[in-house]
Amino acid sequence: MKAELKRLAERASAEGLVDVAYTTTDSPFGPLLLAATPRGLVRVNLPTCDPNETLEELARRVSPRVLEAPARLDEARRQLDLYFDAKLTAFDLPLDWRLTHDFRRRVVRAIHRIPYGQTRSYTQIAARAGNERAVRAAGTACGANPIPIVVPCHRVLRSGGALGGYGGGLPMKEALLELEGVLQPR
Amino acid sequence: MTALPPFQALLDDHAADVMAVLRGAVGRADAEDCFQETFLAAMRAYPRLGDASNLRGWLLTIAHRKAIDHHRANGRRPLPVAAVAEMTEAAAEPEADEGIWALVGALPPKQRAAVALRYGADLPHAEIAAALGCSPAAARRSLHEGIKKLRKELA
Repeated sequence: MKAELKRLAERASAEGLVDVAYTTTDSPFGPLLLAATPRGLVRVNLPTCDPNETLEELARRVSPRVLEAPARLDEARRQLDLYFDAKLTAFDLPLDWRLTHDFRRRVVRAIHRIPYGQTRSYTQIAARAGNERAVRAAGTACGANPIPIVVPCHRVLRSGGALGGYGGGLPMKEALLELEGVLQPR
Repeated sequence: MTALPPFQALLDDHAADVMAVLRGAVGRADAEDCFQETFLAAMRAYPRLGDASNLRGWLLTIAHRKAIDHHRANGRRPLPVAAVAEMTEAAAEPEADEGIWALVGALPPKQRAAVALRYGADLPHAEIAAALGCSPAAARRSLHEGIKKLRKELA
């Protein structure tokens, strides 16, 4: 049955019937679910969140034509592997921002511009998104980032340098910042 | 209205049943093509599907239509004996009930579909009727006729 399903995914993709393609890939933190629309990468699901809930959310918010089609995510997977090996410092992937809107979208786009190995405070990000007083809302928007790792919300810290929060858990945030040389490995 | 689940869930839950029905309806050799056609047609229609309460029945109905299309394209011929033999040879893994499915494949279309839906996909009479587009009584009759013929062949 595996070969039949692979062929189906290829034919459905070629016919433009797959609105959301997804795959699962290994990471040092556990399995990541990656999802893309024809526009680009739309969702990265961290190991702390139930992938089935994420797939249902994609079916509801993007399109129910959600299909496991790993070939469509080969390039994203390749770049993530290199990133975890500290061999890639800037992702070059088309992104689809449709799961985030308004102020939150401005926040995640501001986060997307933080370079590798650098950090910003929630206050700085709020200002970049156009409202420096909306620090709490900026924090919420970080937490709701649909494309973590690639959109590096782990590079956003509290003003005093405290870590703040992370959807994948604080140990993962620390590990990513160590990988990028921001924090010293303990 | 129930929200439509991700299409992948339909494959995970029902692909094996659809394949079983199609093997019964068109034979092992042609089942794969019909399987592809079934799920591609389902994907085309899926976003407009209003009712998610019986996705399995919906998929099996499409499978049944694809089987009918297949038989129409082949001029409604029952499988010739040579094709049946070839089909058995082509099977990657021999299955104990391969012989009986070959006999099912040689039944007239309605009976073949009824038997495949009942014993391949374990559908109740009402759903077989919906898939065949006939009354439950007619579905029961087709099933009964098909079983009778199979019994005779096997005796």
